[in-house]
Amino acid sequence: MMAALEVRGLKTHFFTRNGVVKAVDGVDLRIEPGRVLGLVGESGSGKSVTGLSILGLIDPPGRIVEGSVKLDGQELVGLDRDAARRVRGRKIAMIFQDPMMTLNPVLRVDTQMSMALRAHESLSKDSIRERSLAALGRVGLPAPEQCLTAYPHQLSGGMRQRVAISIALLHSPSVIVCDEPTTALDVSIQGQILQEMQRLGAELGVALVWITHDLAVVSSLAHDIAVMYAGRIVEHGPTEDVLAHPRHHYTRGLLDSVPGEGTPGEKLAQIPGSIPALIDLPPGCAFKARCGRADGACETMPEIADLGQGRGARCVHPLEAA
Amino acid sequence: MTRRDASPFIRFCSEFAENRLALFAFSVVVIIVGAAILAPLFTPQDPYDIGKLILGDARRPPGYVGRGGYVHLLGTDAQGRDLWSAILYGLRISVQIGLTAGAVAFVVGGALGVVAAFAGGRIEALIMRFVDLQLSFPTILLALVISAILGQGKWQLTVALVASQYAYFARTAHGAAVAERAKEYVEAALSTPLSSGVVVFRHILPNCMPPLIVVATVQIANAISLEATLSFLGLGLPVTHPSLGMLIANGFQYMLSGRYWISIYPGIALIMLILAINLVSDQVRDQLNPRLQR
Amino acid sequence: MSTALLELDGVSRRFSRRISLGDRIAAKLGAKVERREVRAVEDVSLSVLRGETLGLVGESGCGKSTLGRIAAGILPPTTGTARLDGMPVMSETGRHQKLTTRVQTVFQDPFASLNPRRRIGDAIAEGPLAHGLVDRAGANAYVAEQLSRVGLDPSYASRFPHQFSGGQRQRVAIARALAMKPDLLICDEPVASLDVSIQAQVLNLFLDLRRALNLTAIFISHDLGVVRHLSDRVAIMYLGRIVEIGPAAEIYASPKHPYTQALLASVPRLNRSHAGRSIFRPIAGELPSPLAPPPGCHFHPRCARADARCKVEAPVLRPMGDSRRAACHYAEAG
Repeated sequence: MMAALEVRGLKTHFFTRNGVVKAVDGVDLRIEPGRVLGLVGESGSGKSVTGLSILGLIDPPGRIVEGSVKLDGQELVGLDRDAARRVRGRKIAMIFQDPMMTLNPVLRVDTQMSMALRAHESLSKDSIRERSLAALGRVGLPAPEQCLTAYPHQLSGGMRQRVAISIALLHSPSVIVCDEPTTALDVSIQGQILQEMQRLGAELGVALVWITHDLAVVSSLAHDIAVMYAGRIVEHGPTEDVLAHPRHHYTRGLLDSVPGEGTPGEKLAQIPGSIPALIDLPPGCAFKARCGRADGACETMPEIADLGQGRGARCVHPLEAA
Repeated sequence: MTRRDASPFIRFCSEFAENRLALFAFSVVVIIVGAAILAPLFTPQDPYDIGKLILGDARRPPGYVGRGGYVHLLGTDAQGRDLWSAILYGLRISVQIGLTAGAVAFVVGGALGVVAAFAGGRIEALIMRFVDLQLSFPTILLALVISAILGQGKWQLTVALVASQYAYFARTAHGAAVAERAKEYVEAALSTPLSSGVVVFRHILPNCMPPLIVVATVQIANAISLEATLSFLGLGLPVTHPSLGMLIANGFQYMLSGRYWISIYPGIALIMLILAINLVSDQVRDQLNPRLQR
Repeated sequence: MSTALLELDGVSRRFSRRISLGDRIAAKLGAKVERREVRAVEDVSLSVLRGETLGLVGESGCGKSTLGRIAAGILPPTTGTARLDGMPVMSETGRHQKLTTRVQTVFQDPFASLNPRRRIGDAIAEGPLAHGLVDRAGANAYVAEQLSRVGLDPSYASRFPHQFSGGQRQRVAIARALAMKPDLLICDEPVASLDVSIQAQVLNLFLDLRRALNLTAIFISHDLGVVRHLSDRVAIMYLGRIVEIGPAAEIYASPKHPYTQALLASVPRLNRSHAGRSIFRPIAGELPSPLAPPPGCHFHPRCARADARCKVEAPVLRPMGDSRRAACHYAEAG
């Protein structure tokens, strides 16, 4: 089966005054249609830049220096502006953390939806309205007609995010890239959005790239998980497997850092040190300064070792399989 | 010591120096101001000493060798003043008045705006409505009226300029202070607890400096041109102490008869100074703005 | 038997939009001018015992931050009192001034809670110098001591906030608060904007300091996992009211209030065992705006068990056994 999205060797670098920031330095991803991939990482890991690179939304001083992004077999890197615009929004869409970034605060919802529709198809006013209402109903909005004539600020945060999702779904894309869409929402609303996305993914067969730092969300939502650190993927595999038996030390450290599962009052097993600055990364494994197991072999950047059963870890001393 | 270790001021300066145009404009300002301050060293004649003026040398073109024995590089004006000397001394006055008025307006307006923002309630409303009222008058009109009331003279002129300009500083300081007072570090300072005075002057005010500095650079240029305008119109300074504005005014009548130099050269000097100041203030504004966004 | 260090008694806080001159004129002319009032905190009474950490949990608009500020003496309550060891935290009349230095706060945003133009050494020393905890001569040594205690190199005292990472800045904020030698520390979402691995470091630091200094603390957060890890007792808030309060372990194990139950069920949990993907069970309905809270029990529109009584009568906190209280007409003890 052809992958909905296939990324190979993606490198996005930012050429700033202070040096080159290698925000994404060699990322491989693969998602089958209808599945959810959780792209997990902390700040500086490159997960958001990966999402933006897939959509081709990188502005100077950054640019994609290498790699390929294939959407349903079509290559996206290097497309000229018109071709890129025809793909973006139609075959692949993006949802952001702050729905005010997706939604224009000075335009009504119906105007924005009609603009999104007419960007790719020519439709009559009636069919625009019909499709807009259908899209809003599909994301579980209680009063679609009222939403249609509202401005974004008149809707609550959760409703705005649903509108953003419905716009993303307008043209039935194969892939939606979601960049922390629930992080800024209240816990109770977050649950509603997650439930909605879970349902939509299954019903419509849309593949989701779910970018987040929240391991709990990923554990419940994603089929597969890819963990990023300092611009590279350090571990990937089926979610249950990776979370139950992490093979990379960073992944294990990250899992141990999450409170709520350990004994209350006990110190958490923390990862020492801090995330390295991406400007002058020392050679070798980016995690070696913080890793208890690092040694001389870690001075060269390891490749992703294939650990069987769809698992991979970028480490020369991976943790034991259970 | 990396650049990031340096204080905000040093970082600002090094970034400023990277823009060649701004650096050039800044050096022009420094040169002009320096020349103005050191005027007696560069000029063959003191144009304010009426006794030294030789009327027979009046209205001579540039390059004329006068009876005093020196070359009039830019010619002479209607009273026989060496134009080069008159321009430098005139610049001196312009710079002096512009800087003084700007500085006083900065302090008065800045303090007023910050205090109003912190006091809140009726006091804030009262002060800011008064400032608004003043801002609704055209600056020139205000300066004219005050100047006419106070009469001629340097200090009277400075007062008129300060009175018309402090409102811009007050408005800017108030806006910046309102934004700052809502920030968490102010809350943190208040919750220590620290006294209001300390919070206003050691926490809020320093963080209001960036927009105030931008306004200051613009307003200094405005003060200089305002002073020139007032002098041009006959107010401000007495005839014996011509500033650039008055030189331009005096030379006006001779423009059509071919003695262009009496107005043009002072005019060029004025333009150069104001243009350079504005270029510097553009760079300052650009640098201070994105810095506020993290 | 621990005694109460902080006592909040019938504390309410209302925010109302000031009626401007224009509105007053409009009202005189007959136009309807609505008086918009937010009941940020409604009739909260609780005590914090010496040496304990009380977790304050809730979603946005629940009033936890406002309550924290009232306890810290930053905001005066509209009604009710906040007392530390019997003494009021804020002056009750006139220009409300904070009366004590024994309560200090660590704020949420480590980027915004430090003055960007001051070196952190000066920021830490400022309060103690102003209140005579240290004199000029001893200031540097004092600051160095505070910095090492939070795990930062004392030589960092001459640096500016922008030179630090988020986690380091939060450590500086903690050092600044502790430099005042407080008895009560109020932490308002101190780890919310930090990465997970840095969050763990700061939480561990907090646990260490709490033990070493025998601190009493109020820990405000929306993150249920973090609160459970740190708190002895937990209070759950919803739209300005406390809906449940009691020992942390008990509340998480068997919540009594429908909101607590729904909240705990709806929060995604990290399952590290082979549990796989799970269905989300969110709480139905929208979070009401604090400007228009539902009458009676605020939670009734979203509660499966709500009936006519819930729409009219606001429940009070009732004992649910030993040291637990919940505000629900139908919650059962035991």
